[in-house]
Amino acid sequence: MTALLQVNNLTKQFGHDAKALSDVGFSVQEGEFVSIIGPSGAGKSTLLRCINRMVDATSGEIMFDGVNVLNLKKKELKKVRTKIGMIFQHYNLVNRLTVIENTLHGKLGCKSTLSGVLGLYNREEKEQAMHILGLLGLDDFIYKRADQLSGGQKQRVGISRALIQNPRMLLCDEPIASLDPNSAKVIMDYLKNISVNMGITVLVNLHQVDVALKYSDKIIGINGGQVVFIGAPKHMTRADIQRIYGSEAEDLIFDAGGIHAG
Amino acid sequence: MQADIFVKKKRNSFLFLAVLAAVTFLAIIITEYDVVKGFTSLPNAIGWALANFYPTQESLAKLPDILDKMIETVLVSLAATTVAAVFAILFAILGSNTTRVNALFGSICRGVATVFRNIDVAAWAMILLFSFGQSTLTGYFALFFGSFGFLTRAFVESIDEVSGNSVEALRATGASYFSIISQSVLPSSTPQMISWILFMIETNIRSATLIGLLTGSGIGFTFNLYYKSLSYDVASLVVVVIIIVILGIEMISNYVRRVIL
Repeated sequence: MTALLQVNNLTKQFGHDAKALSDVGFSVQEGEFVSIIGPSGAGKSTLLRCINRMVDATSGEIMFDGVNVLNLKKKELKKVRTKIGMIFQHYNLVNRLTVIENTLHGKLGCKSTLSGVLGLYNREEKEQAMHILGLLGLDDFIYKRADQLSGGQKQRVGISRALIQNPRMLLCDEPIASLDPNSAKVIMDYLKNISVNMGITVLVNLHQVDVALKYSDKIIGINGGQVVFIGAPKHMTRADIQRIYGSEAEDLIFDAGGIHAG
Repeated sequence: MQADIFVKKKRNSFLFLAVLAAVTFLAIIITEYDVVKGFTSLPNAIGWALANFYPTQESLAKLPDILDKMIETVLVSLAATTVAAVFAILFAILGSNTTRVNALFGSICRGVATVFRNIDVAAWAMILLFSFGQSTLTGYFALFFGSFGFLTRAFVESIDEVSGNSVEALRATGASYFSIISQSVLPSSTPQMISWILFMIETNIRSATLIGLLTGSGIGFTFNLYYKSLSYDVASLVVVVIIIVILGIEMISNYVRRVIL
């Protein structure tokens, strides 16, 4: 296994003294399922967005598939972005368009400007979209408008849009934070499935420690813009959780069954 | 602590009312407005209107003429609004925080729109009178400039409100700027934009009546003509026609809104 993503000394500064990320470093192997956990405002979202340059980092290095993302020109950056799918907490679909149109949006990155503007997709692309929607159990909703779907279904459309890119990696920003427990489990199972069966690397921001423990190959804990824990779920101790979430972690109300007494 | 907030809120609303009352009182003194006389002369005004200001049998003879001018006015408003909308979409896309190309260019676009918006259509009509004289063209451009400014502003709000999230998602897929505009921004904001355009058409037909007074064209001029020549019966018929047309347009646009939203 080789490192698909290698982040070194990544720092992001908003304004003069507010450091969102400081000296963050970690690596992600091809096909790995990695969760990033930490309190709100710890810099999880910023970190994820730095990787595909939706947010520009202040300094550091992000090696993705052998190239430093931070040095890329506009055109090369777009090309890298086509290889990275992104999934959002609020799904970020175009509500007035149908499920299949939203899915096909994932193909826009590799289209010429003209066919992108006109929304021209060939038969092959449409069949691929149908296939992916089938995999995610959305056969019956292909021609429904996105705003008629439930949250869990919308998120599955979001995943379809990312998968049709044929990505090497998925960045998921709080994918289950707005979902009920059942839909959340369905989404997490799909993501895990994608990582295991398709060999796509998955990087997920999570709020739920128990979910991270259950699904991840590796967990990255962030507090105050700094990495305070990197390791497999089975190596995570109570002390680690306390370091990630601060001293009040004693009273956290999650199910800590998976944690070794430390 | 909480009680303090309520006391503070009450004090603020009391203060607001007091200031409002003071300003009103001051205005009355400065303009030497006689409040009592103002109200007591109302019955007289209504009496005069009822006695003179109604369409008669003879005034109906002028109806084809009036309708002709009314149609002209409606068409000028429509043309001004639709052409303004095309320019407004361009400026709104370039000026919106979600879709602008860069910050400087965005501010310039919004600045241009603000200037156009903050000059009233009546002011535009008077400014343009120098260039085009008393003609329909003056009215057309006055409405065009006013609508352009207003619609740009409204479209910017629509774009920012609806498409921020999906623009982010499409940017993340590596889509090009123009693809993002046509696949995400336009589909999301079209209904709101159409709704604003309909609103603008209604407003413009109302304004066109006033603009016509200044530019010597359209229904406004017709009204002025009959009113000044003391043919109150025909002038009132003009008013009736304007009201019917505006109600009609409003009904149509409400229907369209219901269907598209």
